[in-house]
Amino acid sequence: MVMQALYDTLKPRFLLGEFTKQRDDLAFITVEAVRLHALLRHLRDQEGFTHLVLLTAVDWLEDGQFQLTYLLNNRAKRQDVGLRVLIARDNATMESIHDLWAAAATYQRELREMFGIDFPDSPRLHEDFILEGWQDIPPYRRDFDTLKYAQENYRDRPGRETRDPAQHMKQQLYGED
Amino acid sequence: MKIPWALLTLFIVINYGLLMTALVQKIGARVGRRHGIPIWQNYIDLLKNYGLRTSITHGVMFYLGPVFRLSGGVGLLLFVPSIYGSEMFSNFSFAGDLILALYFVFFGTLGMALGAAESGHPYAAIGITRGLSQMTAAELPFALAVFAVALQYQTLSVTDIVAAQQGSILNWTLFTNPFAVAAAMLSFLGSMMRPPFDVVLAPQEVPIGPPTEYHSSFLALMQTNRVLFPVAKIVIYMNLFFGGAANWPVFFLKVFLIYMVSAFVGVVFPRFRVEQSIRWFLIWAVPLGIIAVVRV
Amino acid sequence: MKEELLKRMVKGPDGVEFEVEPLRDYYCEAGPTVQTPAYTAIIEKLFNWARSESIWILGFGTGCGAIEMRPLMTPRFDAYRYGIQWRPTPRQANLFVISGYLSTKTLKRVIRSYEQMQSPKYVVGLGSCTINGGMYWDSYNTIKRLDDYLPVDLYIAGCMPRPEALLAGFEDLKKLIRAGKAEGANQYAENFEWYKANQKSVIHDWDMPDYNW
Repeated sequence: MVMQALYDTLKPRFLLGEFTKQRDDLAFITVEAVRLHALLRHLRDQEGFTHLVLLTAVDWLEDGQFQLTYLLNNRAKRQDVGLRVLIARDNATMESIHDLWAAAATYQRELREMFGIDFPDSPRLHEDFILEGWQDIPPYRRDFDTLKYAQENYRDRPGRETRDPAQHMKQQLYGED
Repeated sequence: MKIPWALLTLFIVINYGLLMTALVQKIGARVGRRHGIPIWQNYIDLLKNYGLRTSITHGVMFYLGPVFRLSGGVGLLLFVPSIYGSEMFSNFSFAGDLILALYFVFFGTLGMALGAAESGHPYAAIGITRGLSQMTAAELPFALAVFAVALQYQTLSVTDIVAAQQGSILNWTLFTNPFAVAAAMLSFLGSMMRPPFDVVLAPQEVPIGPPTEYHSSFLALMQTNRVLFPVAKIVIYMNLFFGGAANWPVFFLKVFLIYMVSAFVGVVFPRFRVEQSIRWFLIWAVPLGIIAVVRV
Repeated sequence: MKEELLKRMVKGPDGVEFEVEPLRDYYCEAGPTVQTPAYTAIIEKLFNWARSESIWILGFGTGCGAIEMRPLMTPRFDAYRYGIQWRPTPRQANLFVISGYLSTKTLKRVIRSYEQMQSPKYVVGLGSCTINGGMYWDSYNTIKRLDDYLPVDLYIAGCMPRPEALLAGFEDLKKLIRAGKAEGANQYAENFEWYKANQKSVIHDWDMPDYNW
């Protein structure tokens, strides 16, 4: 109820999109990329969502889109709100929010490295974060074939067998029939 | 004829030190309900370190650091009589040996500082800074106690001080000048590199401090000193405050008991940071030393 | 290559410009050499016995397996009674336990630490990840065969091996050392080119000297 009320008051002002209620104290709201910064500032300064819990991305390969999720927390009221932003997958660029939460710069470094999303003006964005000297396409993109990469780069030890766990356990427990 | 006997003293003390430190470590382990290292483990570690095939150097002072440290321990031992009244084990003691001993207590740490600084490792530099500050604070009450004892007996010769304590247990400095002994024993805790004052050399704190870069034979030399130096230092304490020793069994027993003081404190109390331990020495130990000097 | 390791002109505090080539100026270029046991057989035997009874492990946990090493210090397992202890610096350590999965980023640090250890030195691979990749068989940043990059004396299989398995492994390592079969450091020196080529094939931004000691 509370989250619905919040959505209703903010909707005309920030032209919010879809509303998904997960629990009484957790909801997700879709918002356009250009309005995200203003909405975050409003939520932080006016609505008490002072804590950025996480910033992560989902690769919707088939739709040609990245979904960025900004999860905010209101300590006093014990509420969480997630903001979904869909951006184009080609030359993915998003406005940096490190001026709102300094910690966001680290998330943005990670997203730049793992998904190849650019956040112009974010501090230390192009420094290596987890990977060092990565030359392939960003590994968390779904068109990156991790198995193929592993086979090309790291030698297998012969003699390794791979079994389907369900089939194998069935055979172990009940025999052939 | 003194030199062979002095070497024999050295041999006895090093072997005793190797076994005793292992025993104390074992006792410490038993307090933590562990089995502890084998009693001969120190010998094996020494042999292993001397037997490593490669070693690298960072320059002349890097070589000399462990040598200085060991000579600090050996010097401390050899200029003080080990066994009172024995011509053979009086070593090179002479009329003013107390002053020389005070100097040798500090000598090893200074040598270590030079060597560790040459290794160029930042941890070594930090370790040395911490070590020297803590040592300085810990030496202060000891120096005061030594002054008090020297004033009390009107001599700077360790042999004479021991001689003055003979006859009865009540003649020990422990009973004739308790404040000096109290100050010195508090200082003793600080210089034994056991908890709560082992922040400098503890493996978990700024990895192992000054000897970060030391390995193979260099480290083995320092390990030799680690078993020799505490015993040498305790010999001074024993001579100054606890009536000395007239034969080897008494020597072994007294050294062990005095060592156990720091072991007892060590297993009970957690580790001090450097500034905490300096404050502790200045607040608790130094006033006792001053009282001791004033009272004589 | 890191910028501070590149050859460049530097202006000193007194205003004089001079050329710096860090890899040559600050590091030694000499590679590892094969260290023959220089003593008579009986002394080498004695040393091997001492080495086997005094194993100092480098306190460097590379993966989740490091959590299985900690219990060895506790009263329950108490590895100290076997002459095993942990040293915080590679200079003083003899045994490198690669504890579990090894990402290429960690591999770089592992190589640096391994090369700083003094010969003879031993490597134990702990857990199936070091043997064939284990559950990280299709991971984009985890190596699969440790012995491609470092000479391994012993593997302890399992995911994870229990502390008891580690103790048993260390006892086996002692037997190897006593038999004079744990010559990993020499193996590394002999096949240095091969190991380096393998290491560089997975570490794409090689920003350190070829041999870091």
